[in-house]
Amino acid sequence: MRTLIIALILTMSPGFAVAAGGEGYHLDQANIDPENHASLQRGARLFVNYCMGCHSAQHQRYNRFARDARLTDAQVADNLIFTGAKVGDRMENAMPKADAARWFGAPPPDLTLTARSRGADWLYTYLRTFYRDPTRPLGANNAVFAQVGMPNVLWELQGWQEPVFKTELDAEGNEKQVLEGFEVVEAGSMTPVEFDRAMRDLVNFMSYMAEPVALERKSLGVKVVLFLILMIVVFYLLKKEYWKDVH
Amino acid sequence: MANTQGTTGLLGWIDDRFPLTKMWREHMGAYYAPKNFNIWYYFGALSLLVLINQIVTGVWLTMSYKPSAAEAFASVEYIMRDVPWGWLIRYMHSTGASAFFIVVYLHMYRGLLYGSYKGPRELIWIFGCLIYVALMAEAFMGYLLPWGQMSYWGAQVIISLFGAIPGIGEDLTLWIRGDYVVSDATLNRFFALHVIALPIVLLGLVVAHILALHEVGSNNPDGVEIKKKKDENGIPLDGIPFHPYYSVKDLFGFSVFFLFFALVVFFAPEMGGYFLEHANFVPADPLKTPEHIAPVWYFTPFYAILRAVPDKLGGVIAMGGAIVVLFLLPWLDRSPVKSIRYRGYLYKGALAAFTVAFLILGYLGALPPSPGRTLLAQLCSLVYFLFFFLMPIYTKMDTTKAVPERVTYK
Repeated sequence: MRTLIIALILTMSPGFAVAAGGEGYHLDQANIDPENHASLQRGARLFVNYCMGCHSAQHQRYNRFARDARLTDAQVADNLIFTGAKVGDRMENAMPKADAARWFGAPPPDLTLTARSRGADWLYTYLRTFYRDPTRPLGANNAVFAQVGMPNVLWELQGWQEPVFKTELDAEGNEKQVLEGFEVVEAGSMTPVEFDRAMRDLVNFMSYMAEPVALERKSLGVKVVLFLILMIVVFYLLKKEYWKDVH
Repeated sequence: MANTQGTTGLLGWIDDRFPLTKMWREHMGAYYAPKNFNIWYYFGALSLLVLINQIVTGVWLTMSYKPSAAEAFASVEYIMRDVPWGWLIRYMHSTGASAFFIVVYLHMYRGLLYGSYKGPRELIWIFGCLIYVALMAEAFMGYLLPWGQMSYWGAQVIISLFGAIPGIGEDLTLWIRGDYVVSDATLNRFFALHVIALPIVLLGLVVAHILALHEVGSNNPDGVEIKKKKDENGIPLDGIPFHPYYSVKDLFGFSVFFLFFALVVFFAPEMGGYFLEHANFVPADPLKTPEHIAPVWYFTPFYAILRAVPDKLGGVIAMGGAIVVLFLLPWLDRSPVKSIRYRGYLYKGALAAFTVAFLILGYLGALPPSPGRTLLAQLCSLVYFLFFFLMPIYTKMDTTKAVPERVTYK
């Protein structure tokens, strides 16, 4: 029995860390709370206001979000739908792909699953580390997504920040510039604390959207696991009873 | 009016026309298995359980999945969101794929520990190796179906390996893909092979594997042939009927397995990116190659062997050879004993080195290559092959202990 558990744990556990892409700038912890419906609702509002102008969430239905975030269909229709979309529709967007590719270099990707492909911490860091860079066509660059094609759409909220570099020596002894942090050069409508909270809400919504069933999955999982533990006990006793006469 | 099985009534009517009771007795009620099976002997039955799980969940996935390049990715998300319980079926299938390899690897390792491939069980081992090859093809083709970035580029890399074959290589890859790149045509044929052709092959091989096993009888942790000591009724002294003894024991094993399975399905379906790779949540894009293409964990040992050889054709031969050599195992092992319990330090040491090398290869195959890692992969590949190629020598030289007449129990 003990060996079985050890064998299964050894083989089912990753055992080693995932080699994450994007070296360099450290990722901040998003610390999202998927059970906080108010946060999800604020995040959805930010998403439809600031992201959906260019991005779609083509696998997510409005009314599914309504159900999961404890809103009525009417509340979602009144507050989150600015187009002629019906509440049962998916969160599509009308920007033509060909035009978008011309404007930004690549069409803005669909965001339904971005939290699953990139991770919540990456998104949280990405959204907060746009900085002024006059060498870029749209005037902004990003700490975790170098040469990003997306403009700094959140500048009204965050304000503008400029990068602070420090000089380090690389392995061959050459000097290189390493991004250390930022200094705010133009204040936005939110304080840094308010902005971080807003981005946490937005990432919370995007994580929800990437896997709407996540909460239901875990709560069902607890019941299934408890049932299986009971079954293990029952089958263990059954086996013992049958095997009494094997010597 | 009783028939040869001594059954009457409805069952007798059936037995006169179909060997129902006969088959039941041969494979369950009067199949005598050694009584000393240990923990390693759960994994055969568990492989069958996972196969059934894959078939049942697969049938239901097929009801909503669309095998076309334009619709496949979205149809998987449709299953995850709009199909009632679709998420559970999908996670059971994706977790089942990894679970299949876990139980099969442990089942094969059991064969190495107790010499289950040695005569008269060579055909069981060969059928098993064929199942493993079919399973790898099944998993590879299934992995293309979600049509994510890693599905697409993984398939691109693996299919291009066939291009290394001299002369016919390029035409062969074209024939496999049905196009110059992995495309809708490839997806559609992989779907056909994944849901029809390979499952039929797998089921047929599993039947052959079990029939061969029940013909010669099961090995056991002592490597003693229980058929050599029978009582006056011709029943092995150390044998117990599979049903009910092992059927209830396997029920217990199934419930423990399902606990671990449920922990993954409900609490970590991505398993940190090992069961469902992060990059596969991005739809396939033929114009954008991912930074790092890694196969799913169950292929990584062989992928590491492929990359360890600097030459492409050489790498493909090494990778193919690493699998082909498994088939030869019954004839490479010259030891007079089966079980590791009665073998000497040479085999024990060789198996330990092989185990460590295989695990390191699996680890390296998931990482991007570097000069140091390549060197380590080459060393481990060498150990992998030497385990087999030197086996005729060290198993002959090894000092073995005396095997008991009867199995050891308690």
